[in-house]
Amino acid sequence: MAEKCTCGGNCTLVFPCSGSSDVGELADRIARRMTKEGIGKMFCLAGIGAHIDGMIESTKSAGRIISIDGCPVSCAKKTLEHAGFKPESYNLKDYGFQKGKTAVDDGAVEKMLKYISKENE
Amino acid sequence: MKIEILGMGCPKCKLLTANAEAALKDLGIKAEIVKVTDIDKITEYGVMMTPALAIDGKVKSAGKVLSAEDIKKIISEILKQE
Repeated sequence: MAEKCTCGGNCTLVFPCSGSSDVGELADRIARRMTKEGIGKMFCLAGIGAHIDGMIESTKSAGRIISIDGCPVSCAKKTLEHAGFKPESYNLKDYGFQKGKTAVDDGAVEKMLKYISKENE
Repeated sequence: MKIEILGMGCPKCKLLTANAEAALKDLGIKAEIVKVTDIDKITEYGVMMTPALAIDGKVKSAGKVLSAEDIKKIISEILKQE
C-alpha cells in the first residue's frame, strides 16, 4: 500500500486472485513481479470484496485495472465486477496453466509476464 | 462532522483542503478539518492514492482533487441521510 507520496491516480492496479491452488499462487507471484518491475501495483482483492471504502475509492482513480485469475472460476474478475469495476482480465487457464498441474516457478511467471506485455504493445 | 484530508502535504492535498474549507463556508456549516499526513494512518484507511477525503471516518474519494462543488454535494447527501 502507500509507502511514499501517492499523489495522483491514473496508475495501473493489479488484482490477482491469490487463490489456494498452484495457479492461485502463480497469479499472486505474477502480480508481485509486476509491482517490482513497475508494470503496475498489486492491490488487495480482499479489500475490494470487503468494500473497504478507501480501497474502492483508490481503485476508482486507477487508470487501468488488471485482474489475474488462476482458474476459470474467475474470482478476481468477478469480485471487481461486483464492486462495479470492469477489469482487463487475464485467466491463466487461457495461457495453458492447468489447476493442480502447474509448477509455480520463475519460468511460469516470466511466460505470463511476456503474454501480458505482448497484449499491451 | 469531521473532514479528514489524507495526503503527505503536497500541493494537491493543500488544494483539496482549501476546497473543503470553501465548501463548508458556502454551506454555512461548521466542521472540523483534520489533515492526516501520517502514512500509517492513511494506509489504515485502505487509501493507496492521495489526496483522499474522508468524512466521519468514511473515505469519499481518493487520488483526485475534488472541487468545492463536488464536496458540497457529498456533504449535502450526508446531511440528507441524517
